[in-house]
Amino acid sequence: MADEPLVLGIETSCDETGVGIVRGTTLLADAVASSVDTHARFGGVVPEIASRAHLEAMVPTIERALKEAGVSARDLDGIAVTAGPGLAGALLVGVSAAKAYAYALGKPLYGVNHLASHICVDQLEHGPLPEPTMALLVSGGHSSLLLAPDITADVRPMGATIDDAAGEAFDKIARVLNLGFPGGPVIDRLAKEGDPAAIAFPRGLSGAKDPAYDFSFSGLKTAVARWIEAKRAAGEEVPVRDVAASFQEAVVDVLTRKAVRACTDEGVDHLMIGGGVAANSRLRALAEERCERAGLRLRVPRPKLCTDNGAMVAALGAEMVARNRPASDWELSADSSLPVTDPHVPGNHGHGSDHDHVHEISKDNLYS
Amino acid sequence: MDTATPAVTAALHDGSAVVAESSRVDARRHGELLLPAVDRVLAEAGVKLDAVTGVVVGVGPGPYTGLRVGLVTATTFASALGVPVHGVCTLDGLAYAAGLDEPFVVATDARRKEVYWARYENARTRVSDAAVDRPADIAEQVAALPAVGAGALLYPQTFPDARGPEHVSAGALAALAAERLAAGEDFLDPLPLYLRRPDAQVPKNYKVVTPR
Ligand SMILES: [Zn+2]
Repeated sequence: MADEPLVLGIETSCDETGVGIVRGTTLLADAVASSVDTHARFGGVVPEIASRAHLEAMVPTIERALKEAGVSARDLDGIAVTAGPGLAGALLVGVSAAKAYAYALGKPLYGVNHLASHICVDQLEHGPLPEPTMALLVSGGHSSLLLAPDITADVRPMGATIDDAAGEAFDKIARVLNLGFPGGPVIDRLAKEGDPAAIAFPRGLSGAKDPAYDFSFSGLKTAVARWIEAKRAAGEEVPVRDVAASFQEAVVDVLTRKAVRACTDEGVDHLMIGGGVAANSRLRALAEERCERAGLRLRVPRPKLCTDNGAMVAALGAEMVARNRPASDWELSADSSLPVTDPHVPGNHGHGSDHDHVHEISKDNLYS
Repeated sequence: MDTATPAVTAALHDGSAVVAESSRVDARRHGELLLPAVDRVLAEAGVKLDAVTGVVVGVGPGPYTGLRVGLVTATTFASALGVPVHGVCTLDGLAYAAGLDEPFVVATDARRKEVYWARYENARTRVSDAAVDRPADIAEQVAALPAVGAGALLYPQTFPDARGPEHVSAGALAALAAERLAAGEDFLDPLPLYLRRPDAQVPKNYKVVTPR
């Protein structure tokens, strides 16, 4: 539908420079430049290297996305950008670019929340989000259970990791097993040839008195590392496939059990899973199985939309436009610890009038 | 525009003179202040951004996080407007503003007890590459020369003849670029003069996007 908002989204919260373009809930372009290879030899994302890469990739990635979408920048209805949370210096490159682009084109600017974007991206895959949506976000940076009655205005934290993120645990175990960085894909692959029941690794925060929806992966990580070291110390060969499968099983068992329980407790009949770890095949399979048993519908976007990308930011931006949410102002700053309860960062110029205000300034800029 | 020093500075130049300028010193808020500064300058001049035929940006050297704000803003403007973007060494802008007609030094604050600096024959002619050093290590090379910039003012032992301007102004940068454009000179690519390798340290919580 041509009257749905056409929005360009920019994402630079970590190591992917993403620019996506959507029309309403339709994906038109998803351009990503990743600096992950540069970080690999450090075993993790180096903030300064990520920021340098974002700066160089920014304009080419915007231009690639426009070409891919086959739209003119002048036809855009808004520019959305990840305002946080994320790496401060990396976020700042995207926010500055989005401001400059919106200003030059005379378009409203929407600073949006990275986590809410991870949820909203599913609209591009499975259509409008059910309200409320229960979302499990799992990646190298986040492990959260979120309840979203309205993705543009009301996102509530149900639970989160109290130590490591799930993806971080994959990276660390991969490092102990000398499998390189990032750890997720390689552990997933090896686990397929291993026995998930071979070793009984601990399930964190799963006791009766533990918080129902919080996660902990630090103890699991230590247990796996100790088990591997003990084998090595005894001069025995480490059964890498079994370790990978058993470790992975411990992670996805806890994630899916708690997510399904949250849905049941809250009376929500859909579970959405997003973030880079949502690409894990065992997580998808077990979630499918448990959702079916609990009578829940599972929504997991394709892997490319689960990892950090610009399309998810554009998807949330389009929803902001569609629901007439106030735009951000030109002082918008990158906020590395933007709370998940703020799906976007509206401007400071009074209540409700922000949107019109930005339109007024913008109209006066260009192409009016 | 330039964000390589604590000054967040933007100016509009019409080829013969600076039409409007806005500078604010706030080393930690380049990201918030630059776009409003551009907006103020254009409003004051009564000009819309699409009238601009080229963008001039200081490429540093300067603290990276702030420096990148100016560069990404300039390159994105240029892409959106379809106009060229010209990189100018920030120290050259300071030298030009100093207007000295004798050999001198420009030094800005590189933090970590170091300065970004270069030597100049006169206000328009740099005779050394921009470098980053501890003031004590370059004392001999800069001895007896007048010195301009916050880096010089910060270390009077190394730069006894230190003076202003402290920070670069976009007006001076634009005026210098206008001279170079008229003379058909080349510009630098709009990429930061980093001068230091990135700190290749992975922080403990390396993807710090976990909500508290
Ligand atoms: Zn993410």
